[in-house]
Amino acid sequence: MALNAAGRSAGPGRLELPENVVVSRLDELANWCRKNSLWPMPFATACCGIELMATGASKHDLARFGAEVFRFSPRQCDLMIVAGRVVMKMMPVLQRIWQQMHEPKWCISMGACASTGGVFDTYAVVQGIDRFIPVDMYVPGCPPRPEQLIQAIIDLQDKIQREGTITGREFDTSQRQLRKRALVEADELLVLDAARNPVVQRELSAAAHRS
Amino acid sequence: MSIAYADPNTSPTARGNARSEDYLWTLNFGPQHPATHTTLRLVLKLDGERVVDAMPEMGYLHSGFEKIGEHLTFNQYVTVTDRMNYISPLANNVAWHHAVEKLMGIELTPRCRSIRTIIAELARIGDHLLSNGAVGLDTGAFTFFLYAFYQKEVLYDIFETLCGARFTNSWTRVGGVSHDFTPLVIEKIRGFLKTFPKTLEDMERLLTRNRIFVDRTKGVGVLSKEDAINGGASGPVARASGVTRDLRKDDPYLAYEDFDFQICCASAGDCYARYLVRMAEMRESLKIVAQAIENIPAGPVNVGIDQRTALPTKQQVYSTIEGTISHFELSMSNRGFEVPRGESYAATEAPNGELGFYLVGDGGESAYRARCRPPSLLHFALFPQLIRGHTLSDVVAVLGSLNIIAAELDR
Amino acid sequence: MPHDPSVDDLLTAVTGGFGTLETTVFRGQTSVVVPEPQSLELLTFLKTQGFDMLVDVTCVDYLEYRGAKQRYGLVYLLASTTTNQRLTVRVFVDDPVSDHEEWPTVRSVAAIWKAADWLEREVWDLFGIRFEGHPDLRRLVMPEEFTAHPLRKDYPLQGRGERHNFPVITRDHS
Repeated sequence: MALNAAGRSAGPGRLELPENVVVSRLDELANWCRKNSLWPMPFATACCGIELMATGASKHDLARFGAEVFRFSPRQCDLMIVAGRVVMKMMPVLQRIWQQMHEPKWCISMGACASTGGVFDTYAVVQGIDRFIPVDMYVPGCPPRPEQLIQAIIDLQDKIQREGTITGREFDTSQRQLRKRALVEADELLVLDAARNPVVQRELSAAAHRS
Repeated sequence: MSIAYADPNTSPTARGNARSEDYLWTLNFGPQHPATHTTLRLVLKLDGERVVDAMPEMGYLHSGFEKIGEHLTFNQYVTVTDRMNYISPLANNVAWHHAVEKLMGIELTPRCRSIRTIIAELARIGDHLLSNGAVGLDTGAFTFFLYAFYQKEVLYDIFETLCGARFTNSWTRVGGVSHDFTPLVIEKIRGFLKTFPKTLEDMERLLTRNRIFVDRTKGVGVLSKEDAINGGASGPVARASGVTRDLRKDDPYLAYEDFDFQICCASAGDCYARYLVRMAEMRESLKIVAQAIENIPAGPVNVGIDQRTALPTKQQVYSTIEGTISHFELSMSNRGFEVPRGESYAATEAPNGELGFYLVGDGGESAYRARCRPPSLLHFALFPQLIRGHTLSDVVAVLGSLNIIAAELDR
Repeated sequence: MPHDPSVDDLLTAVTGGFGTLETTVFRGQTSVVVPEPQSLELLTFLKTQGFDMLVDVTCVDYLEYRGAKQRYGLVYLLASTTTNQRLTVRVFVDDPVSDHEEWPTVRSVAAIWKAADWLEREVWDLFGIRFEGHPDLRRLVMPEEFTAHPLRKDYPLQGRGERHNFPVITRDHS
């Protein structure tokens, strides 16, 4: 007799799908394996890089969470931790490294500069890497304490356990997820002429409306 | 070290129609590479494993610090200076405010000078720990790096007790500091002074006479004294080549004149000499802190209210009219303090070298031009001549020994 | 910091060779203004007088400075490792008036001090002042394809949109 997920024999009128039971448990197993052996690719650019090194050092040991191996080759990693500000000159490098990583891959944007541009609202700093790279977890702070980064890794592990599947359904985001606000603005901001830029025009009309 | 590689005019490939340089191959090193200490790029021309030429490229962390300096006030900009040489942020804070106080002609209180000296020296120890730790890490000595980082955590604990932040402290203000020493801070510093020499000894025992480390760093990346001066090198890089210039003795600032310490120099100019100079400088810094911590002058740490630069204490604000006026003047955004219309340059001996700021004041509360003179820029420019003729594995050792911090390099 | 008297003697020697140059002393630091045609000669002369270390080469854009006469002020900070003297040399230039030249030009001191090599490249990159005689004058901190000179006062802090001019990579096609 077929058994359902709880191991009890299914009675009449209940639908049993033995193949599905196997798949979802394998999913959980696969996610559990993936989340507990995240190999970080430290894309350390600035001060957050030092806190990243401190997180990997002996006092706040990141290896306890399975992230022992800080591989520096994108081909061998599945978690990219962007620690530090990313400037205009470095952005194509970041994109190329992201593209070189194999699926499944995740990205943690560590620190205020990687998440939003941070203190540096200048001509050279990209105001948030999520404008150009899909980001899974943001860690606030300037720089974040090692404990904050460890919390982010734990939260990412929860996310992987919840959402990951072997069929890769979690990467089907263009239908499932809302487009990030930063990405929405990126398209509009690329219109450099202020008279035709929708974001600028919206702000100006809102200011005129207020005054 | 003699260089022996294939003579291009007689090698088989050259005898044909190939140009004499076609056998060289180009390797791109960075900008994302563990040993490039964050974002530097080197394009190496290699003959097998020998480096024939290196073309360094920078700018992968240029964030427009100097332009921000024209928009932020002097007390706001100190947060940005933290993020320059990010392995010793307090030294940058001290350097920035030294430059601002010079422009404004402010004389600090004795207590402030003394505690800024102590913290600057602790920051120097932290910087050298990490830079030597990185040299160790890059040449394969992971335990050395972990020892160094653990000591840095002890220092971070001291800095956190002092001003609330482990790192990126923004501790100094115009005319004083944001947080004075408390008895707990002094106790922790004393504890550090007791435990650190033993760890330093352990670290030295790991690497200083380690056959592998010595072979990898001795004779590698030799910088002669003339090249060091001509190239504008300063700090441990210059002192390891025999240049006996240390701004703490040659151009004393803060309270360095009151303490007895020595300048550490070497004459070999190679990576090993730079490593030894940094280790020795850590011991000298300990000496300075040990002398200073027992003799901190009593008295106010910030300059007086009449100078209208440092925020008065709450007691002064609530009980004296001068305090209230001063607080009002400093806190309102359209007031603030007066800055003379002039230009000045002030440098301090940062752990990496001569860190100076050229400030142009125009009367307003923010600088008209805030130029940071980064020691790492000139050291990185020296890199090609240091690496010519060495092998690919020496690239990592030389780059580590120069201690190039990308944020200071690119600003 | 007390005013260093030994620099005064040096300046007397300088006046002998170059005529009266405008000298200011502010906060104990001596600053000498030299017109552009004589800048290279003066700096070469100063190197022979013991200023073996070039500490910095930088520029200040005086476009928004009240009372400024010329737009760009180049700053050469010199130091002597043997006698501990410091001297600041200023060279003022303006935007070229003719249509043939786009950038002001100054002669390079990279042959005198090797430190000037990269420092002048940075001034070219951020201010747009060309250095004649420089071995390799190209951009240092900004990308090669960048066209503006960011530290000039007429360039906005947030830039002109160059920082967001990149392709967007989303989850489904990364």
